[in-house]
Amino acid sequence: MSDQTLNPETMPEQPERATLEGKNKFLGFWFFLGGETVLFASLFGTYLALRNSTNDGPGAEELFGLELVFVMTMLLLTSSLTSVYAMYHMKNNSFGKMQLWLGITVLLGLGFLGCELYEFYHYIHGEGFTLRSSAFGSAFYTLVGFHGGHVTFGLLWIIALMVRNAKRGLNLYNAPKFYIASLYWHFIDVVWVFIFTVVYLMGVI
Amino acid sequence: MKGWMGKFRALGIFGFLMLVLSGCGKENLSALTPKGYGSKAALNLINISLGVMIFVFIVVMVIYAIVIVRFRKKKGREDYIPPQTEGNKALEVIWTVIPIILLVIIAIPTVAITFDLADESAADESLNVNVTGNQFWWHFNYEGEEIQTSQDLYIPTGEKVYLNMKTSDVLHSFWVPALSGKMDLHPENENTMYIQADEEGVYDGKCAEFCGTSHSLMDFKVIAVSPEEFDQWVEDMQNVDPEAQPETADAQEGQQLFQDNSCIGCHAIGASPAATGPNLTNFGDRTTLAGVKEHTKDNIVDWIMDPESMKPGNKMADANYDVSREEAEKIADYLLQLQPSDITPESAETNE
Amino acid sequence: MSTAVAQKKGFGAFIWDYLTTVDHKKIAHLYLVAGGLFFLVGGLEALLIRIQLIKPDNDFVSAGFYNELLTMHGTTMIFLAAMPLIFAIMNAVVPLQIGARDVAFPFLNSLGFWLFLFGGLILNCGWFLGGAPDAGWTAYAPLSTVSPGHGVDFYVLGLQISGAGTLIGGINFLVTIINMRAPGMTYMRMPLFTWTALVTSTLILFAFPALTVGLFLLMFDRLFGSGFFNASMGGNSVIWEHLFWIFGHPEVYILILPAFGVFSDVLSTFSKKRLFGYTAMVFATTLIGFLGFMVWAHHMFATGLGPAANSIFAIATMAIAVPTGIKIFNWLFTLWGGTITINSAMLWALGFIPSFTIGGTTGVMLAAAAADYQYHDTYFVVAHFHYVIVGGVVFGLFAAMHYWWPKMFGKVLNETLGQITFWTFFTGFHLTFFIQHFLGLMGMPRRYWTFLPGQHLETGNLVSSIGAFLMAIGAIVFVINVIYTSVKAPKVSGDPWDGRTLEWSIPSPPPHYNFKQTPLVRGLDPLWIEKMEGRKGITPAEPLDDIHMPNPSILPFIMSLGLFIAGFGFIYQVDNLSYLWLVILGMGITLGCMLTRSVKDDLGHHIHKEDLEKEGAEQ
Repeated sequence: MSDQTLNPETMPEQPERATLEGKNKFLGFWFFLGGETVLFASLFGTYLALRNSTNDGPGAEELFGLELVFVMTMLLLTSSLTSVYAMYHMKNNSFGKMQLWLGITVLLGLGFLGCELYEFYHYIHGEGFTLRSSAFGSAFYTLVGFHGGHVTFGLLWIIALMVRNAKRGLNLYNAPKFYIASLYWHFIDVVWVFIFTVVYLMGVI
Repeated sequence: MKGWMGKFRALGIFGFLMLVLSGCGKENLSALTPKGYGSKAALNLINISLGVMIFVFIVVMVIYAIVIVRFRKKKGREDYIPPQTEGNKALEVIWTVIPIILLVIIAIPTVAITFDLADESAADESLNVNVTGNQFWWHFNYEGEEIQTSQDLYIPTGEKVYLNMKTSDVLHSFWVPALSGKMDLHPENENTMYIQADEEGVYDGKCAEFCGTSHSLMDFKVIAVSPEEFDQWVEDMQNVDPEAQPETADAQEGQQLFQDNSCIGCHAIGASPAATGPNLTNFGDRTTLAGVKEHTKDNIVDWIMDPESMKPGNKMADANYDVSREEAEKIADYLLQLQPSDITPESAETNE
Repeated sequence: MSTAVAQKKGFGAFIWDYLTTVDHKKIAHLYLVAGGLFFLVGGLEALLIRIQLIKPDNDFVSAGFYNELLTMHGTTMIFLAAMPLIFAIMNAVVPLQIGARDVAFPFLNSLGFWLFLFGGLILNCGWFLGGAPDAGWTAYAPLSTVSPGHGVDFYVLGLQISGAGTLIGGINFLVTIINMRAPGMTYMRMPLFTWTALVTSTLILFAFPALTVGLFLLMFDRLFGSGFFNASMGGNSVIWEHLFWIFGHPEVYILILPAFGVFSDVLSTFSKKRLFGYTAMVFATTLIGFLGFMVWAHHMFATGLGPAANSIFAIATMAIAVPTGIKIFNWLFTLWGGTITINSAMLWALGFIPSFTIGGTTGVMLAAAAADYQYHDTYFVVAHFHYVIVGGVVFGLFAAMHYWWPKMFGKVLNETLGQITFWTFFTGFHLTFFIQHFLGLMGMPRRYWTFLPGQHLETGNLVSSIGAFLMAIGAIVFVINVIYTSVKAPKVSGDPWDGRTLEWSIPSPPPHYNFKQTPLVRGLDPLWIEKMEGRKGITPAEPLDDIHMPNPSILPFIMSLGLFIAGFGFIYQVDNLSYLWLVILGMGITLGCMLTRSVKDDLGHHIHKEDLEKEGAEQ
């Protein structure tokens, strides 16, 4: 694939799917997210089965406060929105704006991650609630921790893409990469909505 | 082609095998010689499904044989190109619909028997036994009767006995093929099943869920006796005096050694619920040692001296005791005279 | 690049070529060799098991070692032999059958292989490092969480790594089949093997993550003190059973469906007929795949889920017999009216039909929940799943190897040796497993290290062990055949079987780029159509032009090596926390490779039109 074909004068309608490689990445990544869905579904199932197995340790009602979790939800939902803006600018071939919105997405994601670390720190040192406290503790940290791990990976990924392409701008080779990274970010967001509902809301109510 | 000969030879071997196998295994062990409610129900279902399936197999094999005989490439017609049939609606409907009908024939009794075997409505007025699985032995606690036994489960014939089962360590599965199908034991939840023996007898039981090193040595016995004999047995067991003085001097020394070496710490005699190791109340009446060895004094002594060699991975290998062979023999004397009841496995075998 | 050129470059270059290759045909070779070796290891374990059970009260191996053998036999055969061998065939054949020059993700394809290999190595490292896994291939908790030593840790980490490889491979084939088909190759014109590869890949995608989670939970319980399966912490051992079988049941179909595809292609080719009821076959394949996710609890009838759940899963399981029956009859009627050539490949296909019918019918018997209370965890089950997996999958793999060997290596496997392999293996197989149905009902549970004398189990076990030796002889003859063929057999043309599908329209072995010009597909069995119309080859869909091909890369190998190192770190950090450095090192290598892959442009290379023309002239 020559440089010209990857750097057209104007971006096609769907730059992420303009090349065969792009199409493959796009489809393959959707499938990957399908697999990830099963992964999280299994974790949710496990959590639901064990959420009352507190082994006389602290349970959901004593632990969870909705204020911080609400802030975290807002941060992550907003970051999803900003990544949509970024993709919008990608399609318009305005690289600078895309980088800007991606940057905001990263900052919001970092904010979320900070809150989550604070939350875990608080549970562990404030409440003495750890992975080893009870089956409930194991299930909680594994489910929420897996999500946190995904957030971390997503952030590293987006940052790597931004840094790598900062100088050379957008082309049909890296457009699919940006696109699937943002797809991944949306997925993380959706998973969080479920965690918010199943773990925190259902835990408190 | 020589392949044909091979096929016939293979068929011949199968025929021979079938003959050998026409014996259905050991009485009171095999699921093919059912003596209880659950095993008879299961064998009925097995026979229904087997019948239907043999029919299916014959149909397939008839078509298969015709095809292979008739449609081989023939000499002089090497270039023949057969018509490229796409399919046949009528045929395809037939071999979709008929299997569905056949499956319904199997499905109806399946559901009926599955529910029947899970029926717990009679549990309250029946004999209930709490079964605990351990690596690698079984413990039985007769609910409300103040009776504890290990390895040998005495039940009355002709009635449902409910087993409430749980494991103390890893998963096990309670299986007495001649009486009933199996059910797993879990550490967190109690599983309930019932068994009913229609005839008196000593039935072989096995652990059917992989449970570690000596999984294959975790046999036990279900001893079905007549209801009268069972009542007698219950009474005898309830009246056991755990500290009764043995008659012979050796056995008396054995009793002392049994206490001095803290054997009693794990092995209860009497109705004490402690069961770190098997309960030995009626040890003298056991049919086997540790479920798999002949119940002889020599074996018992060998066991005490080196349990690991007879049942690898069992907990007694780690127990802290130190006895000489002579002392072990005295302990064996003591244990062998623990025969609190006249109702023994022999009562199940002799009576009709 | 022709093979002659590759051979001249020397052994080091040859190894480097395979370490870095992203060519699906070479990856197929890698899968074939690795899977074949693991198959021999698993077979050896099986032989030791059968020697131990040749007589009652035997002590040929110790109880502990026996448990390691049975665990590793199951795990090796499923994950390290059957799966990779299926991937070998899929890699060798699927791109050719759809007229593609490559797979969708050549890099990931290679990564998938190396992950599988390093995972398999970790699993087997247990043998040399204080004991292999010993909790059964199903690793039921809490036996698996309390099993002492590191055996089960090797199981967890090994399967986790090789499972990731399988998942990647599955996604690769999904996208390849959906996106890379040649012009005219509609879904309903795809050869049945490609169809089954598609459905199998879908099953992999949705089944493996459940295993991933199960393994993580087990790993956390064993290595980090969590309590998922620990009843004293409120944990629940049944969760593992569910997760394992939500993966485990589809896994069975992951294995068997490609075998169905192989038989469909082989039976059709050697009876010189179009596959009977093609549409119904496709429908049945997808239906089996779909139902495969609805029936996992039939492995848990004895778990105590209650009669309602057991009945529902019993009926759902029986329903699978319908599409499977449709397939059997369609195969029979593909043969009906044909002109049947019987050679090694066809023998395996013909041997499959009765064998698999027995396996399928006992499957229906097992589905009857109340009867399963008797079969469950006995030799009846052992017999059943060996009838399905050996009589289905292994026969399928043998058929596939005999059928596609010329396509992969340019030589036809020796026919006499092929027939000897079939007859010894086939006879041995039935001797070994048929009698086990009865052993189970006569009271022999599975996974028994020994059985007692006087329980009427002696004859059955003896016969079974004799059969196992026959199977071993068959397998050895096959290995001899492979060596003999590669040394002695002459080269053959691209189409030795008078084939019907696209892979037979190109030379054997195919060139690096598969198709010089992308073919134009005009119907089911495209090559057959062209032959019937008197043409020699396939009509091209494009003029001769430059061909774009991916670059080789060593990164997949290093990435997998990183996880291999990290795996040991995870296992041994329980003993000594300084092993965490291994985790950091290994993960660092892997993540570093991922970063490199992400930021380093890899645009591939072109094979120029002029070179293609020159090569054409040479041939």
